[in-house]
Order: sequence, then C-alpha cells, then structure tokens
Amino acid sequence: MSTSSPTLQKAALEFKSTSLTVPVLLLASNNLSHIELQLKEKITQAPEFFKNSPLLIDLQKLNSQNLDCELPDLVKLVRDLGFMPIGIRGGSEQQNHIALEIKLPVHSMHGTNAPITNKPEPKTIAVVEVEEAKQPEQNQENKLITQPVRSGQRVYAKGDLIVTATVSAGAEIMAEGNIHVYGTLRGRALAGVLGNINSRIFCSDLQAELISIAGIYQLSDDLSPALAHKPVQISLDNQTLIIKDI
Amino acid sequence: MARIIVVTSGKGGVGKTTTSAAIAMGLAKRGHKTAVIDFDVGLRNLDLIMGCERRVVYDLVNVINNEATLKQALIRDKRCDQLFILPASQTRDKDALTTEGVGKILEELAKDFKYIVCDSPAGIERGATLAMYFADDAFVVTNPEVSSVRDSDRMLGILSSKSRRAEKGEEPIKEYLLLSRYSPDRVKLGEMLSVDDVQEILSLHLLGVIPESKSVLNASNSGTPVILDELSDAGQAYADIVARYLGEDKPHRFIEEEKKGLFSKLLGRK
Repeated sequence: MSTSSPTLQKAALEFKSTSLTVPVLLLASNNLSHIELQLKEKITQAPEFFKNSPLLIDLQKLNSQNLDCELPDLVKLVRDLGFMPIGIRGGSEQQNHIALEIKLPVHSMHGTNAPITNKPEPKTIAVVEVEEAKQPEQNQENKLITQPVRSGQRVYAKGDLIVTATVSAGAEIMAEGNIHVYGTLRGRALAGVLGNINSRIFCSDLQAELISIAGIYQLSDDLSPALAHKPVQISLDNQTLIIKDI
Repeated sequence: MARIIVVTSGKGGVGKTTTSAAIAMGLAKRGHKTAVIDFDVGLRNLDLIMGCERRVVYDLVNVINNEATLKQALIRDKRCDQLFILPASQTRDKDALTTEGVGKILEELAKDFKYIVCDSPAGIERGATLAMYFADDAFVVTNPEVSSVRDSDRMLGILSSKSRRAEKGEEPIKEYLLLSRYSPDRVKLGEMLSVDDVQEILSLHLLGVIPESKSVLNASNSGTPVILDELSDAGQAYADIVARYLGEDKPHRFIEEEKKGLFSKLLGRK
C-alpha cells in the first residue's frame, strides 16, 4: 500500500471499527408463507420502525433443526417487505456460499465462522429481536481502591473509579467513566478516557498535577488557586473543563 | 518463623544503611538472633558501618553462586553474639543477584534467625526489588524533603504491588515510616517538611523520628552502629524505634524543639 504519493497531502480515508445495534431475524421455520404472514403482523405493529430497517438473518436455529431454506427467495421476501438485509449468520457452508453469490455478507456467530449445526437451541423464541451488539456495558467494571495510589502507580477502570485514599503526585488514575477521590488528589486524573464527555471527576481535595475529561486536560499550573485544596467536581462543558466546589 | 525486614527508601543517602545497622544491632541486643544482609552489590557499605570490613571473606554473591556456604559467609559481630552480617560483593554488580538465589538464602536463614534485616540499595532496580521481594515488614526511611518523600511514595507503590506477598495475594507487607535527619528548628523556620507534612503525603504508620545528629557520622566513621551510642539523640531514637517495632508503647520524641534543660534530662535517661 503506497501512502507516499506526492499528490497525497492528507489521508482521504481511514478505517475504523464500530458496533451497531441491528435487528436480527431469528428463523424457526423454513415455510416462507408462514414467515411472510408473521413478519407482516410484526410490521403492522410498528411500520415506521421496520421501514428500510437493516436486518441480519440468523439461520442457526433452522440449521439446528436440519431445515434448509431457499436463501434467495427469503432475501427477496424480506426486501419486498421493506427490510434491507445486511447479511446472514449461523448458516451452513452451502448457505454461506449462496449468500456470497447474491452479494450478501456472511457474519460470524459470536466470533466463530463455522456453521453451527449441533449447538443447543437458543433460548429466545421471538421471531424478531433487537440484539445489542457488544455495547460497552456501563456500571459493570467499576473499581474501588481503598489503598493509597502511590507515585508511579497506574490504575485503570473500565467503568467508574472510586478511590477512598490519597492519590500521590506522580500517580495516574484513569477511568472510562467517572472518577471519585475521597482523599487528596495529587496525581493525574483522567476521566472518560474513551471519549465520554459526560464523565466527571470528584475529589475532596484538589491538588492534581493534571485533570482530564475525554481528552480535554488542564495542568495544575492553570488551575485557579482559589479551587486548590477544596472539594470540587470537574465536568466538561463545550470543550472546557468546569471546576466547581461542592 | 523469622521476620524479614527490608530497609528501603528509593532515594540514596537518606540513611538506609545506618538504619539497617542500628535496627539489626538493636534487635540483637535484645536477645533476638538477627542477620543483616547488604543488598548493595557493587557499592558495599554495611560492613564499614558495622566495623567488620576487615573480616569479609565470602559474600552474598558467593553464596548465591554456591562458591561458599552461608555459614562461611556470615560474619558474627564482635560486640553482640546474636548479630550476624552477610556482606555484599564489591566486585560484582546487581545482575549477579537472582530471585531463586536470594530466596534460598532467606529460607535457610529463616530456620535459624528471628529477624533478617535486608539493607536495600537506592533506586528501584534489581537490587532494591530483590531486597524487598521476600519482606514481611518494610522500614521506609525518608528525609523531610520533597524528593525523598516522593521516592518513598514510589517505593511504597512497588512494595504493595511487586512483592512476593502481593504476587501470592497474601497479607500485604507491613509498612513503617522512619523519618531521618529531622531537625525541628529547621522545620520551625519552614526550611524542612514537618512530620505532619510527610505523614499527610505518605499516610503511613510512623515508627520513629531520627534527629539530624553529629553522632551518626561519628558512628559511621568508627564502624559502630549509632544505636550503641546510648548518650546520643540518634542512638536513643533508634532504641525507641526498635522498642516500638517490638510492640512497646513509647511516646514519640525529637519532633519538637527540645529546651536545653529538658534535653539534658533526656540524655541522662537510658
């Protein structure tokens, strides 16, 4: 890949990965007319929701019952009903092959690409369900630290970080969520490190070397002396750190 | 079971070796069989402070390399028969130390000794991390100035995360603060951090304050642990520290500026 072309001043594109919430059509029957009937029923309940909705077709359940399905017909059916199929998953090797032939992506089933034929049935029986595709779970990975965080130590929390002791100068505490320090904060505190602009920092004695929310940072040099040694909360408003005493 | 004490600080020149010598001698004088090990391979000093530099035949690295037995390398102190010194090698560097080798030595010493004092080198590299790796207690020697306090803080972080106890998930190392070279009149003038300032930053149990004292240098020069100078303030401070470590309740001294009259009274006390 050549990126050193003289005409190329700036990268015209970049690849990023993302996760989306997409409705998944879990098929339990290969009878197309039944499927059509029941899908139509669902659509009448929420026509706006399903209009031009992307749809992932899940064939795992069908295959676990050894029921085959005419994939091109099925795809035509859901398209006719206003869905935009974005791929299949849980298909057999043959089904994956057919899908690729009609330019339909093949998604892996929870990380594995192998056709799942003998796995136990999924517990859900709903025909259409909205699946949360790997959303970062909030409040799941909070961390509580009761010992002083010493100079040179780093603490990282995937959720909120609560420290009930002091954070020494030269220490670094980071959280994807909020940071609470019920002691003196002398080190660096970085909240919302993955870009959560709504995260906040709370501390009972602000003497921090650096505070940052979602990448917007302030050094202790820039802190107003009026706010030092006080209990404060720090939030982000319009790309500016707001420090208020509590 | 032996108790392994590491005397550490991070920063150099704060009084680790002086403290190691004094504490080891203090424990031994109270009848506990004590060994003191110099981990400062390449910059051997403990033998000088202990006054046994002319009796060093084998050293720590020899024992690790199986070139000598522990018994051959240990030097019995002439003043106290409960005290033994294991000197460091002067001709090697810290890479000669191995975790297994140090572990084996400490295990063997633990069979025979009540207390094992490990004199850590300055820094946070191999020698220092190995000196503290097997410890049960840590004496963190700190001078009342900011760089020493920060280095101690760093060392405390390492103690709580990189020791054997931390790795095995056992009860953490007990950490004690020893504030050395303390000068109450300079604190009063605002030239030095006070005990409270240091305590606020390190939040650590204070085992004792050792005053800045001429007797320390004199003791080092003559190869006598300062604790043996019972008339000196530093000697008494170390005696108090040993007593407190062994569970005695002694009020803290040398924190306030002493009046001359009271001072001489204290000197008369044993």
